[in-house]
Amino acid sequence: MGINHRMSRREFVGGGAAAVTALTLPLPAFAQAAARVVVIGGGFGGASCARALKQVDPKLQVTLVEPNRTFTACPFSNNVIAGLRSLEEQQFGYDKIAAGGVTVVAQAATAIDANARTVGLADGTSLAYDRLVLSPGVDLRFEALPGYDETAAAKMPHAWKAGEQTLLLRKQLEAMDDGGLVVIAAPANPFRCPPGPYERACLIAHYLKTKKPRSKLIILDAKDTFSKQRLFQNAWKELYPGMIEWVSLSQGGKVNSVDPATNTLITDFGNHTAQVANVIPPQRAGRIATIAGATDNTGWCAIDPVTFESKSAPNIHVIGDACIAGSMPKSAFSANSQAKACASAVATLIAGRAPEAPKLINTCYSLAAPGYGFSVAGVYQPKNGLFTDVEGAGGVSPADVPRDFRAREADYANSWFATITAEVFG
Amino acid sequence: MASALINVPAKAKRGDIIEIKTLMSHIMETGYRHTATGEVVPRDIITSFACRYNGTEIFRADLFPAIAANPFITFFTTATASGKFEFEWIGDNGFSETASASITVE
Repeated sequence: MGINHRMSRREFVGGGAAAVTALTLPLPAFAQAAARVVVIGGGFGGASCARALKQVDPKLQVTLVEPNRTFTACPFSNNVIAGLRSLEEQQFGYDKIAAGGVTVVAQAATAIDANARTVGLADGTSLAYDRLVLSPGVDLRFEALPGYDETAAAKMPHAWKAGEQTLLLRKQLEAMDDGGLVVIAAPANPFRCPPGPYERACLIAHYLKTKKPRSKLIILDAKDTFSKQRLFQNAWKELYPGMIEWVSLSQGGKVNSVDPATNTLITDFGNHTAQVANVIPPQRAGRIATIAGATDNTGWCAIDPVTFESKSAPNIHVIGDACIAGSMPKSAFSANSQAKACASAVATLIAGRAPEAPKLINTCYSLAAPGYGFSVAGVYQPKNGLFTDVEGAGGVSPADVPRDFRAREADYANSWFATITAEVFG
Repeated sequence: MASALINVPAKAKRGDIIEIKTLMSHIMETGYRHTATGEVVPRDIITSFACRYNGTEIFRADLFPAIAANPFITFFTTATASGKFEFEWIGDNGFSETASASITVE
């Protein structure tokens, strides 16, 4: 059971702790007793992983730690912003997961002792674990955007965590006069849901075109390229001519600060005062990952792509948006794929064997309008310590196809949401 | 499609230190890359940038292949008199772009 790991000098210097534990674990004793696995975070990653752990080995004691009793899904929440869907359709509970034998603890995790292998909870109690899975999603880096903080977000919503913020952005759009200016500030990579800002632009434009046709939407972007760019830009031209303006990084699109008092977004080359300002700030791994010692200086979590074990925090595995997964985007589907592979790896390690390298899939649908969808898909495998694209697999929707092709992809998108949420929560 | 972005304060007090920001869209092809068939992609970069304030050069920079696409150059100067800032970018293949902005100094 050799866990061989050829190290570069950089890894040797930075990853000493992980290397030591690789030699001391797994202990065969765990194969006998019912091993305890704690999963923190009840989103697509954590909830999928808790369920998958019980499926892989029903003897495992699996605890899911999630303070919210209702999960509000981000995929499709742009439809809520556009008035095409209710927030309730985005919401799911944990009853079925609990019924499957997972202990669901409705507490926030506030502390992690990686040496003692315990998780401290907000109510003062603690949970012991043999292996810990973190799926904390993202935290917003308010400090990275001067002028923006939680108070400012009540005026200039990010709506990048579905729930109240989603409804706030919806209400602001409803209250806006015809002829108003909507500005979306999109962050640099990496961030949750790479096509999200552009799908949002489309669906907001759909609402404006239908209800407030004299209005305009500007995307101020800290990037020069983005996911499914050609498909989005074609859709903007085809569906919303003259309505959406994209200002790229090289055109001065990066927002350096905001002024919530005047609803103004400030770039190096100008100020944009919006009627509705949707500010999507830079992000990092959820805070508990830093408490666990699993984040590096990027704010994200470096992992071994075979086991998902943190490169800096032993016995702690990180999945979903919080981990550095190479070419895999930060998406619900990625989190779900990683969760299942991680569950298998954790169970295998507990059984005292070495996990095999997984092949993972991501598919991501975007809607440019009701009945107008397109997608990107990828297959990934570990290579040089990261997930890399399997050449020739996956791809994006074709550029020049009739509308019924887009309509079918919009149907597939609906099916995708129904399928993944049923698998995770149903 | 070359295009310059410049940001010069419209107004300043005499003696104020002001920040000037410029961004020129340019590919900044290094000349060190090869195509799939092995041919060198020819160098195509901006080689110099200069700024004149009421005719006097106040800032100059030489640019090299290591500088990324769309060079973003910012610098500070002292507002001495009302007038005009003129900017000039020169590069390979006859590349030449200019831009200007006015300032009122009180």
